[in-house]
Amino acid sequence: MKYTIMVNEGPYQHQSADTALQFTRAALEKGHEIFRVFFYHDGVNNGTRLSVPPADDRLIQKSWSELAEKHGLDLVICIAAAQRRGLMDADEAKRQGLDANNIAPGFRISGLGQLVEGGIQSDRLVVFGD
Amino acid sequence: MAMLHIVNKSPFERVAFDSCLAHASAGDSILMIEDAVVGAVDGSSFSGKVKAAMSDKTVYVLGADLAARGLEGKAMDGIVSVDYAGFVDLTANNDTTQSWL
Repeated sequence: MKYTIMVNEGPYQHQSADTALQFTRAALEKGHEIFRVFFYHDGVNNGTRLSVPPADDRLIQKSWSELAEKHGLDLVICIAAAQRRGLMDADEAKRQGLDANNIAPGFRISGLGQLVEGGIQSDRLVVFGD
Repeated sequence: MAMLHIVNKSPFERVAFDSCLAHASAGDSILMIEDAVVGAVDGSSFSGKVKAAMSDKTVYVLGADLAARGLEGKAMDGIVSVDYAGFVDLTANNDTTQSWL
């Protein structure tokens, strides 16, 4: 079955980023296809590569990047939510005249249309958030 | 059209669980995850509502989240414990999912 996952909560905020990760892993292990993971609202903070949690803590952002690399996942960050929260890729940083970018490997920035498409193209849309 | 209702907030913190129970139809499934798992415990001011829902709906709880809160084995009789693979199966076996955020 084809899934799109929506993540509306940031990492280390409550538990939904962890649940979304575990659900995505379990769906892949069962042989389902993840068409897209869409990050919205504070969920865009799952896509920064500059997070440095304590050594004994889980690495949520890195886990997404690793999962994306292993399974070819399409991790999409909402552009308006990202700009509000200072989440930039190189192109956006340049366009905004900023001196740095922070997007993690495997993520890309795009628009809400990607969520709509995910909902249409997938058999299931499962939402995680606060 | 059977629906899976996913609840992730404690019924003592938000009204989402109450709203879910008010809207879920006979034959639907309700899954408690994250802080909503406290709703699975018997003897609370909310447990009667969950018991009533079980008359025509199936109620599930994510076992790992129950255990993480020290509530393993304290779920009411009739509530089905699932792991993440079981969570995925529930989303596949129901026609649609609704997350009560």
